[in-house]
Amino acid sequence: MGDQVLAPPQLLNVQINGVWHQFPKGTRVIEACEQAGSYVPRYCYHKKLSSPGNCRMCLIEMGMPKMGPDRKPEVGADGMPLINWMPRPQISCAQDVSEGMGVRTDSPLAQECRKGVMEFLLINHPLDCPICDQAGECRLQEFSVEYGNAASRFLENKVKKPKNIELGPRVTLDDERCILCSRCIRFCQEVAHDDVLGFVDRGSHSVLTAHPGKRLENNYSLNTVDICPVGALTSSDFRFQMRVWFLKETKSFCTSCATGCNTIIGTREDVIYRQTPRENDAVNSSWMCDYGRLNFGYLQSDTRLLQPEILAGDKLIPAEWNVAITHAVAQLKHFSAWEIAIIASGRMTNEELWLTSQLAKILGVDLIDIVPRTGPGDDILLSADRNPNTNGARLLGVTSVPGAKLREIKDDVVGGRVKALIALGENPIEIGLTVEQLKALPAFVVMNILSNDATEAATALLPSFGFAEKRGSMINGKGRLQRLNRAVRGPGQARDDWEILRDLIQAYSGRNGIYSIEDVFRQMSEAVPALAGLSLSKIGDLGVQVMESAK
Amino acid sequence: MAITVARPNLTFRERLYLPAILSGLAITMKHFKNMLLGRTKVTMQYPEEKWDSHLPEHYRGAPALVRDETGRVRCVACQLCEFICPPRAIKIVPGEIPAADRFAKVEKFPNEFDIDMIRCIYCGLCEEVCPEQAIYLRKDYAITGFTRADMVHNKEKLLEIGGVMHGVVLKWNEKK
Repeated sequence: MGDQVLAPPQLLNVQINGVWHQFPKGTRVIEACEQAGSYVPRYCYHKKLSSPGNCRMCLIEMGMPKMGPDRKPEVGADGMPLINWMPRPQISCAQDVSEGMGVRTDSPLAQECRKGVMEFLLINHPLDCPICDQAGECRLQEFSVEYGNAASRFLENKVKKPKNIELGPRVTLDDERCILCSRCIRFCQEVAHDDVLGFVDRGSHSVLTAHPGKRLENNYSLNTVDICPVGALTSSDFRFQMRVWFLKETKSFCTSCATGCNTIIGTREDVIYRQTPRENDAVNSSWMCDYGRLNFGYLQSDTRLLQPEILAGDKLIPAEWNVAITHAVAQLKHFSAWEIAIIASGRMTNEELWLTSQLAKILGVDLIDIVPRTGPGDDILLSADRNPNTNGARLLGVTSVPGAKLREIKDDVVGGRVKALIALGENPIEIGLTVEQLKALPAFVVMNILSNDATEAATALLPSFGFAEKRGSMINGKGRLQRLNRAVRGPGQARDDWEILRDLIQAYSGRNGIYSIEDVFRQMSEAVPALAGLSLSKIGDLGVQVMESAK
Repeated sequence: MAITVARPNLTFRERLYLPAILSGLAITMKHFKNMLLGRTKVTMQYPEEKWDSHLPEHYRGAPALVRDETGRVRCVACQLCEFICPPRAIKIVPGEIPAADRFAKVEKFPNEFDIDMIRCIYCGLCEEVCPEQAIYLRKDYAITGFTRADMVHNKEKLLEIGGVMHGVVLKWNEKK
């Protein structure tokens, strides 16, 4: 087996707009043009889907090498091959480059073709831009600025089609806006494996519709909204919430499962309006699941914890941060190491888990674990492990087998051996403890973002930040280190988790030289070989592979 | 580069200075005489007298929302005015028109529409940018209030100032 040799990838010479370039065999002409710096407008072509070539927007002028009578390419005065230009335009999306091919993307013929295609596409297009959610990121708007006419020559009545249809629980369809590019149909066939969409009727009466009796309700339906080049498919969740040009876009990743799909969080004035997938071929291609995409509403929930509180007498009263931290530490100091247990979370960032492990070390605590969280996964993106950072917790020594010690923690709390419980981002009721058992604990320090029955039982309550409000890193299920960026500010008096943990540690052991999250990462990277030499900025937007892929 | 300004060459009469003073004084005395005889009136007695009848056609006063002939609030909450507004005086919360409403075809309407008249600079860019001809600068200029909240015109107030605008915006017509 070992002595087999493959031929090196073949490079082909292609002339694009008069300049010769080299591309590997198999490159599509439209991609080659883009790499050469001449973006060819397109609607139906999407590089992650098949090419049906039905929108005709990417028409270009193409030529093949001029052959002499001896079937050898003729060479011009400049020593380069001569090109025989084809008299009619070709679509660049369904054609691979070939040796000696010539392409003109901006010739008068190509320009004229685009103008013609644009005029046809706009014939039946409604004047919905003021109420259309796609306005501002609409390909039809963009290309009609470049190639459209200022006025319509179409005097006849426009074709009426169904509008404002619920295509599924999360997607709204407007057939008048649809330009029949079929990206959504191909996505459902090829990526989501749920072939429910199709075109019916003919000519200008063609409409997109779901198969009778079926709905577009697969867990990847909202990706069709992203790839729709016009406003035909819009997100029911984001519908009429905010115009896209107001949104501040922050690169982040989804923390709803161990896949960690790369995302862009769209926010305005500290309100999150939407999450959209960001291309990363090592993680999520260009897609993400609806479950993860819509899982941000809890950050804006009314049950957010806004104020640190301490137990005084028999009820929780609001306190200043330094008072709450001192109170928590003073309580914990009453107990020996074996009387304390820590429940950490697989939703914490590496920095927070590192500080948690440091806190455990200072306290001498051995009873520390994360709460495993599973759900049905699929073969596309959704992972059965719903904790985004289980691998981080493993790497940083917070847990070896997630959930293995939870039984012992629970039994010891019930049995009275554990007298102080620290719950970081987790609700101990979920591991089987009752509110009464938690209330009976002499010390119960809770750091969380939402209030619940367990937070009511706390002796010290420390409100913290959600994934969009903080910076930090996590390691996804395939061992890729990725970075969270802050998209919005946290609410009320809530603080960044790592700052709370640092303050708890410092209340024990005095100043430790950690002033920023970069300091935490540096300390962590010096101690953990897998993270050696890395920093938050070195992680970059697309992440770094730091662990062996599990499967 | 410095620009050299040529000094004027004054005549003898100009250099005397007194003739100019006297001719100016003569004009003043003429106005004084006319005032005494009640022939001219210079001061407008605002606020008893109002500017309203003197305002030019192109006057830019308070921005306001208008309804069309059928009673529909023309604004569809596209938020272009909010975007263009230089002092960021406009705040819109869009909403969806329920399917049972007679204007359901329009789909979108402003749930809330606030213009902070302390911020407004009466530039008229909102009127210019509006694709639905829904916001106009009216001739109201005396915008007053006792509190900052008084100075925020909400949707009701804006529609009250705006009134009904006749004109052709047929695009939301059922037949269109």
